[in-house]
Formats: sequence, structure tokens, C-alpha cells
Amino acid sequence: MSIYRKYLRLPMFPNIWCAGCGDGIVLKALLRAIDRLQLPQDDVCMISGIGCSSRLPGYVDFNTLHTTHGRALAFATGVKLAKPKMTVIVISGDGDALAIGGNHFIHAARRNIDLTCILFNNLTYGMTGGQYSPTTPSGRLASTAPYGNIEAPFDICRLAEASGATFVARGTTYHATQLDKLIAEGIENKGFSLIEVIVQCPTIYGRKNRLGDAVAMLKWQRDDTIGVKAAEKLSPQELEGKTVTGVLFSRSRPEYCQEYEKIISLAQGKDHLG
Amino acid sequence: MREKLRSVKLLQGNEACVEGAIAAGARFFAGYPITPSSEIAEGLAERLPQVGGKFIQMEDEIGAMAAVIGASLTGLKSMTATSGPGFSLKMENLGFACMTEIPCVVVNVMRGGPSTGLPTSPGQADVMQARWGTHGDHPTIALAPASVRDIFETTILSFNFAERYRTPVILLLDEIVGHLREKMEIPDPSEIQVVGRKKPSVPPEEYLPYANDASDVPPMANFGEGYRYHVTGLNHDERGYPTSKPEVVAAQEARLLRKIERHRKEIVRFERVALEDAEVAIFAFGSTARSAKLAIQLAREKGVRAGLFRAITLWPFPEEEIEELASRSRILIVAEMNLGQMVYEVERCAHGRAPIVRVNRADGEPITPDQILERILEVAR
Repeated sequence: MSIYRKYLRLPMFPNIWCAGCGDGIVLKALLRAIDRLQLPQDDVCMISGIGCSSRLPGYVDFNTLHTTHGRALAFATGVKLAKPKMTVIVISGDGDALAIGGNHFIHAARRNIDLTCILFNNLTYGMTGGQYSPTTPSGRLASTAPYGNIEAPFDICRLAEASGATFVARGTTYHATQLDKLIAEGIENKGFSLIEVIVQCPTIYGRKNRLGDAVAMLKWQRDDTIGVKAAEKLSPQELEGKTVTGVLFSRSRPEYCQEYEKIISLAQGKDHLG
Repeated sequence: MREKLRSVKLLQGNEACVEGAIAAGARFFAGYPITPSSEIAEGLAERLPQVGGKFIQMEDEIGAMAAVIGASLTGLKSMTATSGPGFSLKMENLGFACMTEIPCVVVNVMRGGPSTGLPTSPGQADVMQARWGTHGDHPTIALAPASVRDIFETTILSFNFAERYRTPVILLLDEIVGHLREKMEIPDPSEIQVVGRKKPSVPPEEYLPYANDASDVPPMANFGEGYRYHVTGLNHDERGYPTSKPEVVAAQEARLLRKIERHRKEIVRFERVALEDAEVAIFAFGSTARSAKLAIQLAREKGVRAGLFRAITLWPFPEEEIEELASRSRILIVAEMNLGQMVYEVERCAHGRAPIVRVNRADGEPITPDQILERILEVAR
């Protein structure tokens, strides 16, 4: 039997995503990861901002919160700190998390608060019609870059690592089964986890940039990416133009909510900061 | 029966807000440093962990408001504190809290504006922003205390209103009352009425977080307690699912306004001082009401029967009370530390029954008793 039904709010369907959109592939990988970890639905909180991917929490049967543009991580910080036993997963897009929500992104990572941020990177603002985002590659076309984008994109994973995240991974919708594992590992990490997922947007970004249909864009994900282990064997020249996928970085560092518990003990005279 | 544990303290207004919040059961604060409200964050950083609560200094004002709403969803009574520029930044998520009906308290210790304005000087110029600052139709509850004791009490009242009506409540201090120090008797906890939110009594599968039922304030389940539901800033139906059906949107929007409107009598608080025989009535709030209190005393010494209507609840506006006041008075004076904001509400509700004159000031200095007295004597002539 399909595991998905258990987790879906069927009355919310059909979803708003376009035909060929990759968001549904990430949704399924996320549900498989949650099922694999056997997380009780009552203990899972899913929080999003604004954009195509941010509609995801509405479709799933957890404690779900669809917030304001860019602010999901800040709402999630409140939920997690107030109720640390909950598993808090944040669904965001490249515009949501990195442009309007960029400040919350770097600070959530810096605090190493135990949130898992799944960042759907479709290289554009799909919902509002294809404006350029902080991850649109230079030279690409967008509705607000009719002559080509002159800005340089963020490397999301390096930004997360530099900001203090303790688990950083990148997957694609082509490598759908690998995505389950990356998400599950991210959830299991006690600290801030960032999983960037490269998602095809054939209707808006693909059409504008003549990248073909959804299948063509998935093939492009297959051909232009390389696993982290294979990448280690290549020189920087050979890696030029390739996007590395897999677990890119992990480390251990004190988690924010656990540190705050120590503050409570200290304030109540029960303990000393260790 | 045990003896009541009252203690007498010399407290600053902002400190009274901290103690009022703790007494009201507040267990979460998220904020961002800003003068003249920072003492509230500093006080709660120390006090909250002592009672098992949580404090976090966020990366900005917007994030602070977001974290407060998130924490409230899990069941903790939550608050933030700020001042003018930060209050502007709160507006986005304040609207989210209105729309999603999540209780929280937002303190704004008002300073001079617009923009950066006068960071350490008093102002009362955010009163209309409190009402209409966030976009869209929404109800507002805003309270404006005038003394240290009053701040303690209205902080508790703010939490009680927030929880009872599932709504954000704005507590408008001004720099003068926020930084004022007065002797205050802290009541015994048994003497403080504390209200919690109404929880669902039905099983999770029957729970409608935005039920359009007769109560107008649907029960609120806490996240993580078995009631899995959806919260969105989009217009939504009774289940919380997004909808654009005009009849559903209209019903929810109407209920949002009605849930506050129908409890107007309980929410509208005020103080009447020497109004029984007053020919000149002053409308004032916050620190300006303190000056007005002395001014009416001085006026009476000079033979002019003056009185004061001190509004504690600014929103919803005390409409009936002001109409009645206008009917009984020869003239109304509206004194406020801005260039004329609440005066428009007074004019609206007075229905022309009495002439209305103003005392305004927005130069960073308080409105003095003499300034009001002068106006009283001038209009009484």
C-alpha cells in the first residue's frame, strides 16, 4: 500500500503545482524520509513561507504553518524553542529563503537551532511569473532580466556552511531516492540542517530559457551534477560547470535549544554553565 | 487561609511591564534591541528562564514577531516589545497574527517620529499605526497605561484579552511612562486574574480551528498536542484550508471583526476624573493624562470646572462614552503628544455635540500641565 496516503490531506488536492514541476517529487521524498524515521505525525511541524514550494505544508497531515514571505525560519525558531520535542521542518524556496528571508537563513544556521530546512531551488520566482532570484545563474533570462541576468548567484550550501549549519547537503529531483536519505539524515542531525534540492521549473524558468520540457530538465540535472565522492577525484578544472551533490558538510556543535535548557538551570540555581 | 504576599517595590514602567508579563503567565519573548523599550527585553532575558520560560534576541524585528507567533502556536503565552521603527517592521506579521487568530502581546514604547525621529524622547504618534498599520481589514485591541501600576495591570489585561479573543493585543506605552519610576505594591498572585485560551473539547477529527460558530472565538489547539491542523495567512475556511470562495471569505472576515466588536463593553477601559460637574472635559491618555490630571486640579482652583476622560483602551475606541461626554460638556479638549491623531476619533464620536479644541506637541518634550491649563482657561473664558 502506498505510504503517501497516510500523510496527505486529500481534500486539499489537486495541488497548485504546474504539470512537470519538481515540487511533488520532493514532497514524496520528504514523506518517505519521515516514514522511514517513523516520526509520529503529532510531533512533526512543517513550516513554510511564500512561493510555489511553500504550499507544500498545506497538503500534508502534520502541524502545518504557512507563513509570510521569507519568514518561515523565524516562525520555526519560535516553535522549536517553545517546544523542542517537535521535529520542525522548514520548506522554502530560493527567493523566499535567500532574498527576503536571507537574514533569517544565516542566523538560524548561526544559532545551530535544530531545524531542517529543505530549500527548493528552481532558480526563479515561479509563482510570481519568473523574475530573477538570488540563485538565477548569470546570463539567464527572467521576466525582470529581459536582457539577461547580470547578478551572480549564491552558492546556497557554502552560505549555510559558512553561517554555521551542522549538516549541509544537495540533491536533485532527478536523484529522487537519494533525496530520501539526505532528508532523513538532515532530520536526524541535532542542529541546523540545510538540504538544497535542485528542482525543475519547466513552465516558467525552462520555457523562458529554452531548456526544454520537464524530462529534458531532469536529464540536465543528471548530466550536470556529480556525486561528492566522484567529485573528490576530479581537479577543479574538471569540475568546472558541474554541481556537486550528496552530503557536502557536517560537523558537531552545541544546539541552541539544548544550550537554552542550561540557561534555565542556571537561572533557577540548579546548575552552572558547564 | 494563607496571608497575601504583597511586596512594595520601586519600579520603572518598563520593569512593571516585565513583572506584569510574568504574572500574566507569559513564557516566551522574542525581541530586538531598541530604545526606549530595551529594558523590557533585558528584564525578560533575566526573568523568563527563572520561571522556565524562553527568551530569544532575534536577528531583526520581523523575525522577533514571527518567533512570538510560532511560540504562541505551541501554547506559550508570548510577547515582544519595540518602539516606533521596530513597530513599523512588526506590521507584516502582526497582520498574520490577526488573520490566523494567534494570541500575542506587542508592546510599543512610543518615541518621537517619523522614521528614526527622537529615540530617547517621548511621543504618542503611533496610535493610528496601532489601529491601521498592517494591511487589510482587521480588528485591533490597543491599551495605553499612564502609571507604573497601570502598566503592570494593563500588561496582564493585554495577555487576558489576547488569549480570550485569539488576537494580538498592542500595549502602547510612551517613553515617559516606560522610564518613569514609582512605588508600586505587587499584588499576591491569588489577587491576579489570569485568562488562558479556550481549548477544543471535540476529538481531533472533528476540530475546526476557524469554526464560524456562535461564539465567534473558536477554540485553539496547541501544536503538538494531537490536533493537526493548518494555519495560513491566506484567506481560509473553517478547517484552515486556503479558499477564495467569496461567501467563505466574507463570513470569516466578518467574524474576525465581530469577535472584538461584540465584546467592546468588556474591552473598553477608561478612567473618569472629576467629570460629574465638568464644563470643560479633557480627553487624554498615557503620560499626557498625568499632566491633564494636574491641569484640571489647577483649573478648579481658579474656578473652572474641568474634568478628565483618561482613555485606557484606545482601540476599540470608546465611542459611546465619548458621545456621552460630548453631550454633557460645554467643550472638549483633546491633548496628545502628536500633531493630531486621536482627535479625529473624538470628533467622529462627538457628533458635533460639543466644540473640540486641541493641545498638541511633537517636539520631544512632554505636554506640561501648564500647557493644558492655559488651554482650559482660554476656552473657559
